[in-house]
Amino acid sequence: MPLRVGEKDFQTRVNKGLDDAFMRGTVRSAQEQLRTRKQASSEELGDWEAWRSLGEEIRTHTLEHLDYYLEQLSDKVAERGGHVYFAKTAEEGNAYVRKVAREQEAKKIVKSKSMVTEEMSLNDALEEDGLEVVETDLGEYILQVDDHDPPSHIVAPSLHKNRAQIKDVFAEKKDYEDSDNANDITRFVRGELREEFLDADIGITGCNFAVAESGSISLVTNEGNADLVTALPKTQISVMSMERIVPTWEELDVMVSLLCRSAVGQKLTSYITTLTGPKGEEEIDGPEDFHLVIVDNGRSDILGTQFQSALHCIRCAACVNVCPVYRHVGGHAYGSIYNGPIGAVLTPLLDGYENNKDLPYASSLCAACTEACPVKIPLHEQLIAHRQIITEKEKLGSMPEKWAMKMFGTGVSAPKLYRLASKQAHRVMSPWTKGSRISNGPGPLKAWTNFRDLPAPASERFRDWFANRRRSEFDE
Amino acid sequence: MSRGTIQGREDFLNRIAEKIGRPRSEHVERPEWQVQPQWDVFAGENTEQLMERFKAQCDKIHTNVIETDVNGFREAVAETIGAYQADSVIMWDDVRLERAGLDDGFRSQMSALGVETKVWDTSKGEENIRLAERAGVGITYSDITLAESGTVVLLNSPEKGRLVNLLPENYIAVIPRSSLVPRMTQATRRVHERVQNGEEISSQIHFVSGPSNSADIEMSLVVGVHGPVRATYIILGDE
Repeated sequence: MPLRVGEKDFQTRVNKGLDDAFMRGTVRSAQEQLRTRKQASSEELGDWEAWRSLGEEIRTHTLEHLDYYLEQLSDKVAERGGHVYFAKTAEEGNAYVRKVAREQEAKKIVKSKSMVTEEMSLNDALEEDGLEVVETDLGEYILQVDDHDPPSHIVAPSLHKNRAQIKDVFAEKKDYEDSDNANDITRFVRGELREEFLDADIGITGCNFAVAESGSISLVTNEGNADLVTALPKTQISVMSMERIVPTWEELDVMVSLLCRSAVGQKLTSYITTLTGPKGEEEIDGPEDFHLVIVDNGRSDILGTQFQSALHCIRCAACVNVCPVYRHVGGHAYGSIYNGPIGAVLTPLLDGYENNKDLPYASSLCAACTEACPVKIPLHEQLIAHRQIITEKEKLGSMPEKWAMKMFGTGVSAPKLYRLASKQAHRVMSPWTKGSRISNGPGPLKAWTNFRDLPAPASERFRDWFANRRRSEFDE
Repeated sequence: MSRGTIQGREDFLNRIAEKIGRPRSEHVERPEWQVQPQWDVFAGENTEQLMERFKAQCDKIHTNVIETDVNGFREAVAETIGAYQADSVIMWDDVRLERAGLDDGFRSQMSALGVETKVWDTSKGEENIRLAERAGVGITYSDITLAESGTVVLLNSPEKGRLVNLLPENYIAVIPRSSLVPRMTQATRRVHERVQNGEEISSQIHFVSGPSNSADIEMSLVVGVHGPVRATYIILGDE
């Protein structure tokens, strides 16, 4: 599955989301549940703001010296007998994994959830070579069995599906005959996946954080699937995007603590697995052969720009869980595997503006995302910066919008014009006004009023009201 | 162990340095972080207080807790195996488990009750994996225990197989009271110190908090998607 997913047109995706009452219900309750749990568990940590500052400081330092820490990491992995491949592009990364699979004469690959391999379309590349690739995270497995339905949330990928739909998917594709009870479905999947694990030649994982000082990689899960992916097959390939690294084990503690609390409101997830190289010579379980693929794929172009701190993201989805726009349109509307506010920032950076120019507008700029971010990425400011680039440099903004921006700019910069326009506003807007609302506005207002009403300009301007009021106060 | 290969590094890292706008970083000192709130969590609490926190957290992560001493230990383990209605057990080849009472005598006692008890045996190779796959209960010993999150830290080694706590349907962790620390901060510092001293660390360090679970179906919690369905911690008082 590539970075960009689903319907091509933003408006179509948004309308689809708005029409899906079930999805909107689950998204709302998931947001509430995850947000409440996060709040409770972060309060227990004491000074949450101090934790966020520490998280930000660690991420800033690490990114500023990324070349140094990646060099240290790769040396340490090699010292322990692991192989490291630096991939500038998705194609290079895929080619390396395919080569390893060919050399091992592999037939079956089990995977634990990894966003960067999704971004690279690694599964497609491997399937082209005739390999069977099985996603083992329950949510990802459901989507894979359902003809590769795209994920709709960073942490809970199958959030948009209800139990009955999931049951039907398994009944149709895997001859599942039990009820739509979550426990029954899980039991069934446990049995199916056990066989896959025991059969697989290669395990592929992502990497939540690599530890430079020891050449370790860490995987944060609740299900324990990453543990089986890394303990059973003879060959393990971990794919990490280049920024997912911490200097030492002490920073691993901080980042994992922030991640678990922000993502699912847990102190720690059920499993946090750290792996250093292949298994030792005397060890029975664990991979004989360990490969680490470090992927750039457009990330280095973000370094040194005003968007550098977007690379601090630890993929916790805290911003997604507070976003009012995500709540209304759902994850598929973003058309990217990275959805919500961070998706709206990151997708145009990785994939260009041309196909993603609507995303920075899928935000109310309420700054809830910025406040929620455990590593203090100024998300709403970066969304504004994107909009500026889109309207000014890229000339990709829609005509009515450019026209409106220009008019607004001229209007507010000349006091006489502003006075005239605001005095006339009520009269000018009257054809579109019903009562005190505008629900079918003209020109630049149309995009807004397609979704919600706009209060009509008052018959008396604020300035006039204020002036009159002061006069009457003075009279008294 | 032979050294692994590194490919494509120089161009990749040069590009990073160039984009950041400076020459390659040759030596970087990790700074003293401005704030370090992680050390304040449960600072100054004694083992008793930490133990209370630990037990309260276990309740939240659906994990049974049994407290016992050396005299009651064997019985506690046997009762837990019985409660799980398991007829086979696999455990780490760990002298600490044996010393606590899970020795040959215990294994023959269990055998008389119809429970086959196996020890992870490096000389038997892959057979261990098949035994773990079939076993109803897996038993490991906690190297470090985290009060805050109800976590056992398992430092794997040839005798301490990775799959013992993963493949069986039920999991028992034996936890010495003395292994309790406030949180992950203390455990990761210990690993960091080993790395700084040039010592080799375990190829897998596993932080395990209760049974395997998922909320991928309508956000409702289900257990045992991949790993164990049920977990019991047996806290062993120090002698």
